[in-house]
Amino acid sequence: MALAIRRSTSEVFGAAKWFIRRDCRALSTLPEKAVEVPVEKKRDRPVVSRIRANARNPNLALRHVYPEFLPDPNPKWRNSLREKLERTDMLNRRKQIDIPEFYVGSILAVTVADPHAQGKTNRFVGICIERKGAGLRAEFTLRNVVDHQGVEVRYDLYDPTVHSIQVLRLEKRLDDKLLYLRDALPEYSTFPFDMDPEILPDGTPVPVNPVQVKLKPRPWLERWERQELQGVSNIEEHLKEKDRVRRELRKEPWEKYDLMKQYRKTIPIEDQNDIWAEVNHQLKQLQLTRKKVSRKRTFGVPKTQLG
Amino acid sequence: MFKSLVSKLNPVQLSCGFHTTACMNEVRLLSRLRVVDNSEIGKRAMAEGKPPKVICVYNKKHVGYIGDRVLVAIKGQKKKGILVGMKQKQSVKVPKFDSNNVVLIDDNGTPLGNRIHVPIPTILRTILKEKTHSKGADYTKLLAIATRFV
Repeated sequence: MALAIRRSTSEVFGAAKWFIRRDCRALSTLPEKAVEVPVEKKRDRPVVSRIRANARNPNLALRHVYPEFLPDPNPKWRNSLREKLERTDMLNRRKQIDIPEFYVGSILAVTVADPHAQGKTNRFVGICIERKGAGLRAEFTLRNVVDHQGVEVRYDLYDPTVHSIQVLRLEKRLDDKLLYLRDALPEYSTFPFDMDPEILPDGTPVPVNPVQVKLKPRPWLERWERQELQGVSNIEEHLKEKDRVRRELRKEPWEKYDLMKQYRKTIPIEDQNDIWAEVNHQLKQLQLTRKKVSRKRTFGVPKTQLG
Repeated sequence: MFKSLVSKLNPVQLSCGFHTTACMNEVRLLSRLRVVDNSEIGKRAMAEGKPPKVICVYNKKHVGYIGDRVLVAIKGQKKKGILVGMKQKQSVKVPKFDSNNVVLIDDNGTPLGNRIHVPIPTILRTILKEKTHSKGADYTKLLAIATRFV
């Protein structure tokens, strides 16, 4: 009798575990990795469950497009009133300027009012290597190589001095952060300032650029070999035997089974539903008005050419 | 006895003689800089692979920030310079460079070269204007030889 009860409880526990893991994976705020597709082909069930989860809840697709609307999951920093106020502020700001959809790896052009030169603006073009922060504190970093000198500029997404944010090339890369571009050869982060925007046709998924960069020889700024990077091709060339041993010792393959850790990193689905229900309508309206404006622009009167 | 027990339990922590955190990339005493103007002495020092060394930072923290004046040892001479690009973490909208850049000046604030061949942060316009006093050294002359602002 006792044995039967124990077995049944263990089964229930296992089932619950499976459910939690399935939901957590669907809920993660981290950007989806491009390499997941070939890996997941082997396991059929998670793919189906994710599609079902997305079909059930269309809101969940928004968390990649507007990651800054989800608050920081750390319970110390949660405050529902502040989050709500911040969301209204963000929507108000989005009514003023067009903050487009972009990802780490996209190439952006940001124009900012320059308080140091009166009445002038400052335009910077670069590849987005990092995007972090939630709410009004959301920020992103652009990197470019200008005159053989690597330059990085960090911008606040909701900074009132920002005049415009333009996506010149919308694409993703193989990693969540491209900080390794600092140690890569300069041609991988060189972009001309007079780049023309590349327009993707409506409805196409965001392309993933599978380029693998080459790192310069050591010393590096970080231990890239321990970070399981997909977008670096020649990392093994620069490693010694010692580094390979250390990398094996430092690996934490059990991390992905840590359900509690995953749970703490994500916002629960109930909270997300509340947030998206609050902002979804307004975001859609904003998108529609932008589309109308852009169509008007495309069918505008052609400029008469002089001469 | 207790110490040996601790060291047995945790041998790494006691014998930790290496950095475990990322370095701050600060400009302090004896850090090496990159000369980015076309002054004769700066060009030769960089070409020989002997970049200038900081021997004094003229502020109270002894850590150089953007726009600070430094004294450098370059090719056996003492020259003054202004930091025009920093590797350490910067505040929002201030560019962070891949190297610590310096432009050599003389005592009046006049640059030794006549061209800067890397971009210059535009915040320097404000910083250098604040540091310049009337009748003192005029540091804004440096801005006139810049080719590009970011």
